[in-house]
Amino acid sequence: MGSGHGKELNLTLKVWRQKNTKATGSFETHQLKGISVDMSFLEMFDVLNEKLIVEGKEAIAFDHDCREGICGMCSMYINGRPHGPKDGVTTCQLHMRSFNDGDTIVVEPWRSTAFPVIKDLAVNRSAFDRIMASGGYVSVNTGNAQDANNILIPKEAADDAFGAAACIGCGACVAACKNGSAMLFVSAKVSQLALLPQGQVERKSRVLKMVAQMDEEGFGNCTNTGACEAECPKGISLENIARMNRELMSASATYTK
Amino acid sequence: MSKLDSKIPEGQISEKWTKYRSTLPLVNPANKRSLEVLVVGSGLAGSSAAASLAEMGYKVKVFCFQDSPRRAHSIAAQGGINAAKNYQNDGDSTYRLFYDTIKGGDYRAREANVHRLAEVSSSIIDQCVAQGVPLAREYGGLLSNRSFGGTQVQRTFYAAGQTGQQLLLGAYSALQRQVGSGNVELCARHEMLDVVTIDGVTRGIIARNLVTGEMEKHFGHAVLLCTGGYGNVFYLSTNAMGSNVTAAWKAHKKGAFFANPCYTQIHPTCIPVSGDHQSKLTLMSESLRNDGRIWVPTKKDDTRKATDIPEEERDYYLERRYPAFGNLVPRDVASRAAKERCDAGYGVGNSKMAVYLDFAFNTARYGKTEATKRNIHNPSHEEIMRLGKEVVKEKYGNLFDMYQQITGENPYEVPMRIYPAVHYTMGGLWVDYNLMTTVKGLYALGEANFSDHGANRLGASALMQGLADGYFVIPYTLGVYLSAEVTRMSAEKDKADSIDKLKTNHPAFETAVKEQTDLINKFLTINGTKSVESFHKRLGLIIWNKCGMARNKQGLIDAIAEIQALRKEFWSDVRVLGTANEFNPDLEKAGRVADFIELGELMCKDALDREESCGGHFREEHQTEEGEAKRDDVNYAYVAAWEYKGVSEWELNKEELKYENIKIAQRSYK
Repeated sequence: MGSGHGKELNLTLKVWRQKNTKATGSFETHQLKGISVDMSFLEMFDVLNEKLIVEGKEAIAFDHDCREGICGMCSMYINGRPHGPKDGVTTCQLHMRSFNDGDTIVVEPWRSTAFPVIKDLAVNRSAFDRIMASGGYVSVNTGNAQDANNILIPKEAADDAFGAAACIGCGACVAACKNGSAMLFVSAKVSQLALLPQGQVERKSRVLKMVAQMDEEGFGNCTNTGACEAECPKGISLENIARMNRELMSASATYTK
Repeated sequence: MSKLDSKIPEGQISEKWTKYRSTLPLVNPANKRSLEVLVVGSGLAGSSAAASLAEMGYKVKVFCFQDSPRRAHSIAAQGGINAAKNYQNDGDSTYRLFYDTIKGGDYRAREANVHRLAEVSSSIIDQCVAQGVPLAREYGGLLSNRSFGGTQVQRTFYAAGQTGQQLLLGAYSALQRQVGSGNVELCARHEMLDVVTIDGVTRGIIARNLVTGEMEKHFGHAVLLCTGGYGNVFYLSTNAMGSNVTAAWKAHKKGAFFANPCYTQIHPTCIPVSGDHQSKLTLMSESLRNDGRIWVPTKKDDTRKATDIPEEERDYYLERRYPAFGNLVPRDVASRAAKERCDAGYGVGNSKMAVYLDFAFNTARYGKTEATKRNIHNPSHEEIMRLGKEVVKEKYGNLFDMYQQITGENPYEVPMRIYPAVHYTMGGLWVDYNLMTTVKGLYALGEANFSDHGANRLGASALMQGLADGYFVIPYTLGVYLSAEVTRMSAEKDKADSIDKLKTNHPAFETAVKEQTDLINKFLTINGTKSVESFHKRLGLIIWNKCGMARNKQGLIDAIAEIQALRKEFWSDVRVLGTANEFNPDLEKAGRVADFIELGELMCKDALDREESCGGHFREEHQTEEGEAKRDDVNYAYVAAWEYKGVSEWELNKEELKYENIKIAQRSYK
């Protein structure tokens, strides 16, 4: 069994409550007793919500879906860190064994102008979809493809592209950044496609369009503090930002319509 | 006469699809621009269908309840996607994939659909690679393959343990490309609450904007339900928390027959339940059975640590019972075998409801190969294991991390503990060869339909089917119906009150909005004492205990009575707080649980009616002496398609299954 299996915690939770996008929010304090260390952080929230409903109070709204760390929907800012204190995991994969009895835990939504709060801990990340729609693809219609093994791709290139493509689009990078920059997210997609032969044809126009859309959405600039990489639950590397900057420079200088 | 016409084309099985595809009616490009298609759900089936149809020129709208189409639960598929490429030169072919799928489905799937699936499987891989999906490669730059259950060839393509993620992001990027070019309108955070039909023909949907609570009317010439499976009826499953049956169930109540609801897949390798608080279960990919050996101690209630139990006191029960397929038997077989060992008292872990999945043997094997490769002679055991772990990490690193995260145990050092959990539902809306349900203009794709997996789905076939339906089937078959719509539209051109002029102003839309608004208000005004969650949990327990891995007559009869009582209690004592006009996740869930309760009853009814065992449906009364599923091909070789007739009332329609190309036989993996 895991360390401290069967142990229970008593906790104080300070949770951000906000009725809707326009309302002013504030922290609400809750006491929780007997939280098993085997629970996930979101299961702890389920327990809290059940308690609230029984007391006749409205449950706390938060985004979550797959609860196995891959859909990218969960998004809590826990004790000043996106996805909480443990490196390399999403909030849904954070377990209560990472906390101690008597802890006070502060939970906020993602904080970024480009991600307006919908309610309580849920935010609107549709800006990411619009960035993808601006150029995060290879223009190939269904049915046009040649045999998959016709173009050889060195394993290293495929692995690097996969490393960038592992991004789950959760937005932790933006929430972690003091500038609210989306550079890590955008550069992951730009890198994935720049590394593969299939992405070459649109390589220049893609980076120009995606960066322009990123700016339009109100994300801040990158000042190389690296908080995004440190907080990314999927270990997306800062190298991608460096690569995107090179791609952008090169495309800006040479791309002609 | 049967109400079911499967519309299977005439001719040789290997020529049916090719011939049909080249002769079916087309819609000309100009007409496509005036035809609107609503796609509900944005997983592999939904995204691929929406993107492909928009590329062809149709006007498409996509709906998903998540905040982005990229989050649909296809994203969580781990292991891989099958395709009959025969890249490994190991004897694979379209026929073999077809045969394996029919046999794996325990001879309860439709031959023509499965053959088509096998035929288009290769094109899926081509399409995904062209989109920039980074599938795993060998050093020479060619695509890599691995093995999955129920097959003896290597035909599974993969991207580490994140194949679903990579394929979905590929389909999502194709979809976003169409959104960006204005051909698709995206409605995220929207939930379909009803299908609008006029004179029995689909004309659109009612969707609730989950942020504002507004009921929206959407007109469509065709509606595609790509809304996934109903595994969350069990409460605990490997599905995402939001996965639900609502769209399919509302369609069912509007006339779409629901087929084989009792065929549910219990996946053998999941992380066991750890306590009462548990909200969901997590799968450990079937690909792990390539290198993991499953065992329990030979002694009952053995409390020693796994690593302290010597080799001769371990029972590798799958290798013992099924020497030909070993650890790679199909999922239903592996799950039942685990249950059998645990029920007999050989289970491990605190709950005793788990078996070991052990990587030590193959870690050592990889380690020795690595040592040889690196010219290390006479390596120590530690050296071998260290080298082997590097290989294992490369193959399954993310899965091992996930396991450690959830259980707090290190699977590189101790065997994983696993137990079966609900994973996939083979049953779903009945569809014909064109993927149309029994309601005109209403289609079901991917896991939401019933057609390809029979009574048991083979691993790595769900991704294949979702993408086959979306990329390579519906773009053709939708034209059969829409070309007729074009003719109708032209005939009704001068009619003042034609649906094409009225669209959502037709009174049927207003009626549907009112019904759904009343339903929402009903939830909010019951003001009972119990949470939605508590009802869901109780429903799940009834179904897991009585309609789970093993079922019997009395249990199913009891379950039906219990579910009916639970339904009454729900409608009089549920407590839903907040208002209708805001983001209210608890209210969303209330609707989903209400529908799960009704579906649960039908599942039990279907399981009770099917007096045989097949695939995932195991009736204790019908088993061989060795405890294998015993089919009754004389009386039950049919698809059970249930027609909704009112609360707790259904009429059974049968589609006979004809096996003209595969000899139906007792399934053996020995």
